[in-house]
Amino acid sequence: MEQKSASMRTPLARARGLGSGRSGTEHFWHQRLTSLAGVPLTFAFIVIVIALLGRNHAAAVQILGSPLVAVLMLLFIITMVYHMCLGMQEIIVDYVHDDLLKYLALMANTCFGFAVGLTSIYALLKLSFGV
Amino acid sequence: MADIKARVARPLSPHIQVYRFMLTYVMSGFHRATGAALYFGMVLVVWWLMAAASGPNAYEKVQRFMGTIIGRLVLVGFIWGLIHHALGGIRHLIWDTIHGFGPNEREWLARATLAGSISLTLVFCIIAYLVLGGGGR
Repeated sequence: MEQKSASMRTPLARARGLGSGRSGTEHFWHQRLTSLAGVPLTFAFIVIVIALLGRNHAAAVQILGSPLVAVLMLLFIITMVYHMCLGMQEIIVDYVHDDLLKYLALMANTCFGFAVGLTSIYALLKLSFGV
Repeated sequence: MADIKARVARPLSPHIQVYRFMLTYVMSGFHRATGAALYFGMVLVVWWLMAAASGPNAYEKVQRFMGTIIGRLVLVGFIWGLIHHALGGIRHLIWDTIHGFGPNEREWLARATLAGSISLTLVFCIIAYLVLGGGGR
C-alpha cells in the first residue's frame, strides 16, 4: 500500500481492479479515421444510388456486381457500419444512465452493426459471384 | 452517517433552453441527429441490397416504394443526411487540427455546413431527376 501512495487512481478504481484498459484514445481515433475515409466513400455511394435509380433488376445486378462498384460499396458499408456503431455507442453512454438498460443498448448496438454489415456484405458478394 | 442520506439541493447546470439561439449549437444537434437517423436508415440500404441479391420480384418492391412520394422523400432525406453529416464531420476534422474556433470562423463553418449540404443535395436531386428522364419513365 505504501508504495502505491503516489498513484493517480481513485480507491474505487483500485478496488475494481479493472486497470486502465489502455484504449483511451482508440474510440476517438477510429471515429476520425472512419470519418475521413467515409467522406469520399459517401459521395461514391450517393453516385451509385442515383445511377441505379429507375433501372430494372438486371441492370442493377450488373452494376452492383461490377468490380469497382462492388469494392466501393463494400468499403462504404464496412467503414460506415463501424463508424455508426462508434457514434451510437457515444449517444448511448451520453443519454442512457440506467446500468441494465445501458448495457442492453450497447449489446443491441453491436448486434445491429453486425447484422447490417454482414447482411450487406453477403448481398454484395452474392451479386458479384452469382448464385 | 445516516445524515448523509439527506440530499443537498445543489445548483443545477443550466440546459440549452436558457441560452439564446446559436447556429453552432443547432448544427451540433443536427450532426448527432443526422448520424442517428442514418444509423437506422441503413436498414433501407440492407433492404435494397438484399432485394437486388434476391431477385427481380423483391427488387420490384423496392423500386415501387422508391417511386412513391414517401419513397422519394426518404431518399432525398437520406442523401441530405449523408451529405450534412459528412460536411459536419469535415468541420469537426478541421476543429481537430485546432483551427476554426474563432467567433467568426465557427459561425462561418456552421453556415457553410448548412448551405453546402442543402445546395449539394439540390444538385444531386437535379442529377437524379435527369437520370430518371425528367421525373417519369
